Amino acid sequence: MGSTVVLEARGLTRRFTGVLALSGVDFSLRAGEIHALMGQNGAGKSTLIKVLTGVYPPDAGTLALNGEPIQPASPAAAQRLGISTVYQEVNLCPNLSVAENIFAGRYPRKGAAGLWRIDGSRMQQGARALLARLNLDIDVTRLLASYPVAVQQMVAIARALGVDAKVLILDEPTSSLDEQEVERLFAVLRRLRGEGMAILFVTHFFEQMYAISDRITVLRNGELVGEYLKTDLPPAALITAMVGRELSAASGRNAQAAAATGPALLEARGFGRRGMLNPVDLSLRRGEVVGVGGLLGSGRTELARLLFGLDRSDSGELQIDGQRARFEHPAQAIRHGLGMCPEERKLEGIVAELSVRENIALALQARLGIWNYLSSARQKEIADRFVKALGIKTPDIDTPVALLSGGNQQKVVLARWLATEPRLLILDEPTRGIDVAAKQEIMNEILALARGGLAVLFISSEMDEVVRVSDRIVVMRDRSKVGELPGNSSEQAVYHLIAAEA
Amino acid sequence: MQRLLRHHLLWPVVTLVLLLAVNAAFNPGFWQLQWRDGHLYGSVVDILNRAAPLALVALGMTLVIATRGIDISVGATVAIAAAVAALMIGGELVVKDGVQTHVSRFPMSVAIVAALAVAALCGLWNGLLVAKVGMQPIIATLILMVAGRGAAQLLTGGQIITVYYAPFFFLGNGFLLGLPFAVFIAAAVWGALHLLVTRTALGLFIQSIGINPAAARLAGLHERLITVCVYTFCGLAAGVAGLVISSNVKSADGNNAGMLMELDAILAVTLGGTLLTGGRFSLAGSVLGALIIQTLTSTIYSIGVPPEINMVVKAAVVFVVMLMQSAEFRAAVRGWVVRPAAGGVR
Repeated sequence: MGSTVVLEARGLTRRFTGVLALSGVDFSLRAGEIHALMGQNGAGKSTLIKVLTGVYPPDAGTLALNGEPIQPASPAAAQRLGISTVYQEVNLCPNLSVAENIFAGRYPRKGAAGLWRIDGSRMQQGARALLARLNLDIDVTRLLASYPVAVQQMVAIARALGVDAKVLILDEPTSSLDEQEVERLFAVLRRLRGEGMAILFVTHFFEQMYAISDRITVLRNGELVGEYLKTDLPPAALITAMVGRELSAASGRNAQAAAATGPALLEARGFGRRGMLNPVDLSLRRGEVVGVGGLLGSGRTELARLLFGLDRSDSGELQIDGQRARFEHPAQAIRHGLGMCPEERKLEGIVAELSVRENIALALQARLGIWNYLSSARQKEIADRFVKALGIKTPDIDTPVALLSGGNQQKVVLARWLATEPRLLILDEPTRGIDVAAKQEIMNEILALARGGLAVLFISSEMDEVVRVSDRIVVMRDRSKVGELPGNSSEQAVYHLIAAEA
Repeated sequence: MQRLLRHHLLWPVVTLVLLLAVNAAFNPGFWQLQWRDGHLYGSVVDILNRAAPLALVALGMTLVIATRGIDISVGATVAIAAAVAALMIGGELVVKDGVQTHVSRFPMSVAIVAALAVAALCGLWNGLLVAKVGMQPIIATLILMVAGRGAAQLLTGGQIITVYYAPFFFLGNGFLLGLPFAVFIAAAVWGALHLLVTRTALGLFIQSIGINPAAARLAGLHERLITVCVYTFCGLAAGVAGLVISSNVKSADGNNAGMLMELDAILAVTLGGTLLTGGRFSLAGSVLGALIIQTLTSTIYSIGVPPEINMVVKAAVVFVVMLMQSAEFRAAVRGWVVRPAAGGVR
């Protein structure tokens, strides 16, 4: 393992409109090591990377590369210094060849004064040489788009290596790769580590992190929690470091689980999709609230999307009321009485410029079809009912929904589904980004609905919330279900299960 | 009053009124109507008649734009529909019972249905490319814009096909209740479409898809099917316009029929206040837009703008109208005008 510190940061601080995203963070990266950066959403991982690579200047603190102070003013400047980054989303040009992508912006030239013509053969040779370092032998003249994502990822790394990199930063490089592809990427990373490269690696996947990294830095709320050797930080300790607070021991919903006994409303067996969700078994009964516990990237949202027909499953089967069902479009799931509040309210939930009334009527109208039109009067009646029932604060029901606060927008999306009188509601992070009071109101509403016989699949990053409302908790990690716990389990128990054998 | 000032059709109406006023100022006979042989004649009637095909195309375009799309193949579709109709009707001179009459090759109704079916098929093709294949609308419809023009030229053999069959001329030249028949066609399509988007959920669905396709899909809308239908309708509307145009000129010109009409149609939709970013749309606005464009064309001719600069004049007028339509620009102007006055108070 390497020992000389290549990149060193001291007291990095960065604010965004008053919010402290990084607060006095120290960080050091050594040659010949793979260093994992861990933390929950909003812990400051992205900000740290962006400061290291010159995207944002720090408000305070210093950076040093090989002992020399540096102040990269842009990613390009950082790259010239030898700090290269590969971002989560492959940001290359799919319509250029592999070689062109690797050398984009620094094409080798030839001809008079070396100014005019791109030296194609030299470029291709260079590209082949760089890819050979990664153990990849492909036709570099073909378009990037003709290769799978995993290869594109390698090309992105080759591009990053191209500028004589000393430090390689990988921001969630595995989020769109399947297991074999991840293994291949790791082989490349180990090889680069052997060559003395300093590698910083951000991921949400515990298993992968433990498989590849030597050292771990944990951030929480913009602050450094600590730097650890992998061997000193078992999963349970890592989770405590990431979550950071005393975990609540008991739960609130005192095991009303007995209420939900009848036959399963929804039953999934071996249900999954390659590269998205490993096969999962799951059942839900009437009046039951099933929580899904897991960290970001554990496959929670993927499970919801597959169940609701937003993505197609390619393994296992799904039964509704004991009848086999296959959803290729949400409309089919809705016909079976499902509803779903998506994680990204603005992207997939509200239709911003439409009124509160139209937003609430939308799903019901979609189910009724084009011809069976709900008149404005009927829409108004339905909207009025839910605005009152859920306490949606809006000047009137013809106000565009975009003008409402986040919590009220979420209530509108909830109302949209309640108007369809669903039997099963999937709630993906229904309380994210909304104020405490609205959060409480939404949670109470969900529990009241469950008492009325609605089955709820409740997904949330806030484990205390999951533990409080659920009759049963499905625990997920690394795109798999790792177990189930009864509803009155402690948060500790959930985290233990997440951390077990990771 | 406040509501009137905020009405989304205010600016299109103001523009049209201004253009009509300019026309009337330069041409004293502009408002004169004559009743001859049971028909109304006059500049205004002429504008209505000539605007009808553009209004038809613009109506279809409105829905496409409302779904965040665009269809630049409508001009080619106009030419194809015209060519199919002209070819199938043809019109031969035969002597029947000692009288010379023109006989259509196929019954006119069959020819019209075939032309419209081909136009709808063009739209369907665009819709499938956009919704199923996932191409960008401008590229998807660019294909048919080029290929469709070529197909129309193939059909007509690069010649202008003249139609010799009087009943067909009624579509583009006939009169009903004193008004040009084409106006009734456009009005009927507009009326039917208006009912469809206000009395069924279609309007809500199209707007939802245009504003947020992901949310629309998640709410259970068959967003692709609806998109395909919208493009198909757009093709059909262009087909109707093609019939009216070829009937009006009693021929089909594969090279020039509907040439650049897609741009006028997009302009009409935009003038009518529908944003190219999709979502909220106004059918009435698009019809007004078509009338504005036709009135502007008439104005340019009637006030004697030299032909070589009439495009420049048209562009300048469109530029000013677009600025007037922009709420940001109006706010900025208000800022320039109001600030000095308010300066003393603050």
